[in-house]
Amino acid sequence: MSEQKLQSQTVQTTGHAWDGDLQEYNNPLPVWWVYTFYATAIFAIVYWIIYPSWPMGKGWIGGMSDITYVNSAGETKTHSWNTRALLLQDLNKAAAAQKPYFDKVAAMSYEQIAKDPEMNGFILSSGKALFADNCAACHQSGGQGVVGFFPNLTDDDWLYGGSFDKIHETVTGGRRGYMPTFSEVLSGEQIDQLANYVAGLSGIGHDAAKAAAGNVLFHSDTAACYYCHGVDAKGRKDIGAPNLTDGIWLWAGVAAAPTGEGKVAAIRTVIGNGLSKGVMPAWAGRLSPEQIKVLTVYVHELGGGQ
Amino acid sequence: MQTGLEDQLALYQKRIPIFTRSVKGRFRRFKTSVLVLAYVIFFGLPWLPWSRLDAPAQAVLFDVLGRRFLIFGLTVYPQDVVWLALLLFIAAILLFFVTGLVGRAFCGYFCFQTLWTDFYIWIERKIQGERPARVRLFRQPWDREKVIKVGGTHALWLLASFWTGLTFAAYFTYAPQLVMDFFTGQAAAAAYITIGILTLSTYAAAGLMREQICTYVCPYGRFQSVMYEAETLAVHYDVKRGEAAHGRATARAGQRTLAERQEKGLGDCVDCGLCVQVCPVGIDIRDGLQYKCISCGLCIDACNTIMDSFAFPRGLIRYDSEKNLAAATPAAPKLHWTRLKIIGYGVALVLMSAYLVYSISTRGSFDRAVSQIRQPLYVVLSNGDIRNRYQIRITNKAGQDQTYQITARGIPADALDLGHFREITVKPGHSGLVQAGVRLPPALAAKTQHFELIIVPQGKPAEARSEAVRFDTPSPHP
Repeated sequence: MSEQKLQSQTVQTTGHAWDGDLQEYNNPLPVWWVYTFYATAIFAIVYWIIYPSWPMGKGWIGGMSDITYVNSAGETKTHSWNTRALLLQDLNKAAAAQKPYFDKVAAMSYEQIAKDPEMNGFILSSGKALFADNCAACHQSGGQGVVGFFPNLTDDDWLYGGSFDKIHETVTGGRRGYMPTFSEVLSGEQIDQLANYVAGLSGIGHDAAKAAAGNVLFHSDTAACYYCHGVDAKGRKDIGAPNLTDGIWLWAGVAAAPTGEGKVAAIRTVIGNGLSKGVMPAWAGRLSPEQIKVLTVYVHELGGGQ
Repeated sequence: MQTGLEDQLALYQKRIPIFTRSVKGRFRRFKTSVLVLAYVIFFGLPWLPWSRLDAPAQAVLFDVLGRRFLIFGLTVYPQDVVWLALLLFIAAILLFFVTGLVGRAFCGYFCFQTLWTDFYIWIERKIQGERPARVRLFRQPWDREKVIKVGGTHALWLLASFWTGLTFAAYFTYAPQLVMDFFTGQAAAAAYITIGILTLSTYAAAGLMREQICTYVCPYGRFQSVMYEAETLAVHYDVKRGEAAHGRATARAGQRTLAERQEKGLGDCVDCGLCVQVCPVGIDIRDGLQYKCISCGLCIDACNTIMDSFAFPRGLIRYDSEKNLAAATPAAPKLHWTRLKIIGYGVALVLMSAYLVYSISTRGSFDRAVSQIRQPLYVVLSNGDIRNRYQIRITNKAGQDQTYQITARGIPADALDLGHFREITVKPGHSGLVQAGVRLPPALAAKTQHFELIIVPQGKPAEARSEAVRFDTPSPHP
């Protein structure tokens, strides 16, 4: 082959000969490759000097690029470079940037915050993040809640009151909603009468005769519904007893039931089984007072604030 | 050292150094004026003051952190990205248009690679002298003179490159502050990196690589070839006149005048080689139109000088079209613009430029974005009313505080609940957020699918803008 001939003429051999004529070409590595290799070696040494590298007993060589940040307690911390310190630096930087706003939140009244366009913008953005992190798991990202489990925060019906102070109280201390089980106290017929009465209060199709009996039962000491829900059935916000006369149903699946009978059956289930799942955790120890204040305004401004 | 295949088959052609001779003439004057004008604008603009309320007093400032471009009285926000698209379109069409008419005029006179190379060659000539002196210096060993002259040239090139990089960075931050911070070591890391990269790349491109950028790197130079037509004016050597029957010949005794040369059948080209010596890309235009030619016109100047000195008519090398040169009796070169392609490009250019001017001059003083809150889409209230909520973001693009009023059309006036913000005042360059709720009784809600939100800047009712939004209701159950 002419190509082989060309190579044998131009490429040097290593100079050794085995078995008389067996030779080895000397094809050195390309120069650019060799220099790139040297460059990577130099890069590695520079890297060792700048960044943490070798283990040394219980510690390690920290490198030259330290990370310094001021933590929430105002202390200046310096670490050798590591990704955790880098994250802490970022977090503290962000917290420091937010601090003037949170200080303002702490100093202003709820009404002042809600009326100030700049603070309103801060509440909308920081409140959204706080709400998403802490509240949205139950109340959903838009605060619309889940029927049968978690109250809707965007409507105008409040179990415990929708003023700034009441919302603040709810977030800080949590809530525990409870309704006793009536299936063992009342007969099935009595529960059916009560359900028809309650359905009638908010204009749902019902049996008028049963409702009349239910009316009596509601206000009697046998069932004693009026203790909590009030004589007018409009609920008591101090104990979180819901208003039974409006169109909003949290616990009973009324809205989802297609027929009047279905709606009555849904109410019957709640009366018979009672409720013990209306639990809202307390956030006092978990969030800072300013964060709770931001959340209070945010929830109030979701649309239902009073 | 041994010789391997690597050395025999080089991957790249070795650069043949080019030492351009300086020349005087029409095109040289034009190139110099463009260079001076471009440099005055590029290097001077960041230092032009412009008083502003809420930004540094700099006439042209690309405020990346503030997400706005401040260009004299105009503030450009990211929402105006369509202007950038228009600008790029106009630039592209302008390039096609001009190239179709007069060839690579952009390359020869306006491209920054050409301008900077031209400037660097000027520095080289000022220090090392005219072409013969530079060739001699190149060939002589590294003695004291060569080290000082070549070293000085490179030092000045680096200085010019550095100032180019610094000026570029100055468009992105307040220029006096940047210069001060840069030399006291307090500028941002991004500034040092940008200026470092630009210094090195300018030095490499304009000082070391020069025409190799145009020949091997630049895509524009190559694709402009496809825009040439037979009617396109380009720098051409008139072969018929220059070579005649027996080719070009030097102007020796006996063939010095036109009459003598015509008698011997010699062309008008006296083969002085000046057109080759002045060429910044190192080609011989007499070999015909070629891809390396950046159409700078210096060979025209060079040839005209020689023609004048022999009292031959000018224009042996000239701007002409292939069609005209091929004709039996070439006419005087003229611009052929009545071609479909040229007219098409021209129309597109005029339309898009007009649209850009229109769009800038009629832009509103604010931007609005209304988004319906989708979680939940609607809320049923205790009395059965339906409420939808909307987030309204108003961005103030004017130069001063502005108050905006929000009203609605298509729903009862009392249905719109703006909370505390029936009016909102927004600072210039900032955005204000308003949450609006709309509450309709079920019967009306069922009929309302859309309505309009109207945003009126206080005192400027003519700039009111409306936005059609949806109103959602629960699907009715039987």
